[in-house]
Amino acid sequence: MATIRLSVNGKARSVDTEPERPLLEVLREDLGLTGTKYGCGEGQCRACTVLLDGAPTVSCVTAVGAAEGRKIVTIEGLAEGGTLHPVQQAFLDEGAAQCGYCMPGMVLQTVALLANHPKPTDAQIVEGLNGNLCRCSNYHRIMAAVRLAAAATGKKG
Amino acid sequence: MSTVNRREFLEIAGAGLLIVAAAPLSDAQRGGGAGPLETRLHIGEDGFITVLSGKIEEGQGALTELAMAAAEELRVPLDRVRMVMGDTDQTPNDGGTSGSGTTPRTAPLARRAAATARDLLLAGAGRQFGVDSARLEVRDGVVQYAGKKYGYADLARSPELAAAYHEALPANTMVTPAKDWQILGKPQVRLDTRELITGAHRFPSDIVRPGMLYGRVLRAPSYGAALDRVDLTEAQKMPGVTAVRDGGFVACAAPTTFAARKALAAISATARWKTVEQPSSDALFGYLKQHARPQERPQAQGRGSVDKGLAEARTWLKASYQVAYVQHAPMEPRAAVAEWQNGRLTVWTGTSNPASVRQQLAETFGIAPDRVRVVAPHFGGGFGGKHTAEAAGEAARLAKYAQHPVAVQWTRAEEFMWAYFRPAALIEIEAGLDADNAISAWDFTNYNSGASALDTPYRIPNTRARFIASDPPLRQSSYRVLAATANNFAREAFTDELAATAGRDPLEFRLFHLDNQRMKNVLNAATQRFGWVERRKKRRRGTGIGLACGTEKNSVVAACCEVEVDPASGVPRLIEVVQAFECGAILNPANLRSQVEGAIMMGVGPALREEILFKDGKIANARFATYRVPRFRDLPKLDVILLDRQDLESAGAGETPIITIAPAIANAVFDATGKPVHAMPIGAPRG
Repeated sequence: MATIRLSVNGKARSVDTEPERPLLEVLREDLGLTGTKYGCGEGQCRACTVLLDGAPTVSCVTAVGAAEGRKIVTIEGLAEGGTLHPVQQAFLDEGAAQCGYCMPGMVLQTVALLANHPKPTDAQIVEGLNGNLCRCSNYHRIMAAVRLAAAATGKKG
Repeated sequence: MSTVNRREFLEIAGAGLLIVAAAPLSDAQRGGGAGPLETRLHIGEDGFITVLSGKIEEGQGALTELAMAAAEELRVPLDRVRMVMGDTDQTPNDGGTSGSGTTPRTAPLARRAAATARDLLLAGAGRQFGVDSARLEVRDGVVQYAGKKYGYADLARSPELAAAYHEALPANTMVTPAKDWQILGKPQVRLDTRELITGAHRFPSDIVRPGMLYGRVLRAPSYGAALDRVDLTEAQKMPGVTAVRDGGFVACAAPTTFAARKALAAISATARWKTVEQPSSDALFGYLKQHARPQERPQAQGRGSVDKGLAEARTWLKASYQVAYVQHAPMEPRAAVAEWQNGRLTVWTGTSNPASVRQQLAETFGIAPDRVRVVAPHFGGGFGGKHTAEAAGEAARLAKYAQHPVAVQWTRAEEFMWAYFRPAALIEIEAGLDADNAISAWDFTNYNSGASALDTPYRIPNTRARFIASDPPLRQSSYRVLAATANNFAREAFTDELAATAGRDPLEFRLFHLDNQRMKNVLNAATQRFGWVERRKKRRRGTGIGLACGTEKNSVVAACCEVEVDPASGVPRLIEVVQAFECGAILNPANLRSQVEGAIMMGVGPALREEILFKDGKIANARFATYRVPRFRDLPKLDVILLDRQDLESAGAGETPIITIAPAIANAVFDATGKPVHAMPIGAPRG
């Protein structure tokens, strides 16, 4: 056991736990942030994606100890007050969710994608999101949402 | 006596509830059918309407559709409607959520309940004002008369109207015809979307109860293996761990998933198993044929005489088709939280059949069903794969031993190995063409996978279509649209072989054999948008185009596609899909489009790559890295045409749109290579 200090969604959090525990489980079970989802436990579906210092990271295979001192953003940390993040707004407008279980990972992966490619081509969207699985297979609609998010972000920027 | 109380209901329905079910619902009231108005609709003092349904939401859009149906008939804005679904203590039993049944059977009940409430308001207002209620109308949930406004909450205060509330829904309630719809028929982003994209929604695996522990269950290393011995001592020494053995059930619960995993590893290290020989996927299709049980439950459809038709045919053709086992692999694996309180069990779980899960739990624990409450929060995908109670039962047993609420979420590996599979199919077809190159005889046999969409939609004088059960080597059950995918794959692929034998274009050949005008309409819509006729003339080397159509669950679908076939490996890549779909009057075009697009893409998986491989009682590819489901890279150019038939009853649409993509791809590959396709997945290495 160790005391691990984390920065989660801009807040300092401290947990007493085994440093090798998956970040996913600490977020969900110790910090009550259940927006981050378990999908495979092997980093193969990206339902558990969080941003670590801005980089999309599969939290199911990331030890909580390795996240110490880094800025963690989960899906709960995107909207400010009642205002959705532009990516969330685009996903809402486009109706990108079916069962929605992949949505937190999809949204965060898109945030990271647009940070690197503010005006992504379709090929860049496909490459950027290819690791994120959606079993409802709503990929066509999610693509449209990402394009919309890019257009909306572009207008603001 | 049910213990759902007003406080619990208010937590869900919001403050100011005016009408509640005065007495707990009896099983008779819950049990299907329309039931009294009070089981379906509640009116709040705040003007909010709560609609209740035993159906569940798993991403298919039922919640929004039912809310739209009620808002339409009540003449209230959609944001005045709240939904309570899939809770055995609170909602009527609308049966399991399956078979595309919510749209044709439950949405009409929601509409009738809402129209009844509206009529009651108008009748009451008419009496109060001394005018004919036919002269009054509801707008935005309000009746205006002589400068005053009366809403549903005012209605509910009248004792005589409250009495009417307890009576059965009148059968003759008039609902609004499609041409007058203000809310139904208009594209509506699903009402639950915001919660899903903010992470606020609590899926079954997100439910947390005070003092809750995390459970893990010991699984056999292979199918059929029996536990010989196991030692729980080490696990029981771990802090906070409860480890139990109850016959073949061995499990543990701990304060964290991490601790539970460690405890299970300690248990597992001591477990000794007796294994038995198991069939393997290498020999699957021979196994299905060898273990066929033609004497049991024969399901056959047909007309004329197949034997006579075949004898008189000019040309004969036969082929055998194989469809692999596939797994639903929903993003959220099975999950449940169970809590015992004063001998009463509450389980939150991802199931499309809460009423059946409740019954199973009651039987398992020997308690009356009304001591069990099953709540199915909107869960992370099912596709026909979550009709059962596995995680619910495991969580409840563990919770009983641990005397704490327990959460059980299956791992991905467990979900791949221990959830049930879509049945594999072996399908044999023999057909004959007459002197005019029309199909004169059709003999179709499905082994093992099922009878959905078994019969041919084509006009053929002599047909026989049979489903013959087998002893399946894997645990198998329902998957989106059941066997209609396998049957339509074989039928439509074989139809192209017949068309080629007859020297006729696949479109022309189908239209010639079709009487069903709805099928012709979707075929025409898809082929015109795709440019079928022109593209048949302009062939590009290494590419091919194909089409397929089908009907099931009272909806019709047709797809055209183009593929490119890698000359070295023979593996096809999907380039473009145009699909036309018609399911009567469209209730929510936005959700329908998403369902059709999703079904096509989900269908691409088993069409091109998905195949469960098994050997020695183990699944050989029980991981997303090796069991390749569709990804963004698999997205073709995709165009969906929705035909709206407001003159027809609305049919469900969550399933049928999946049945054409595999045969359309197969036919495009046949077109590109000249070699007919006889197996799904197409072009994947076997074994």
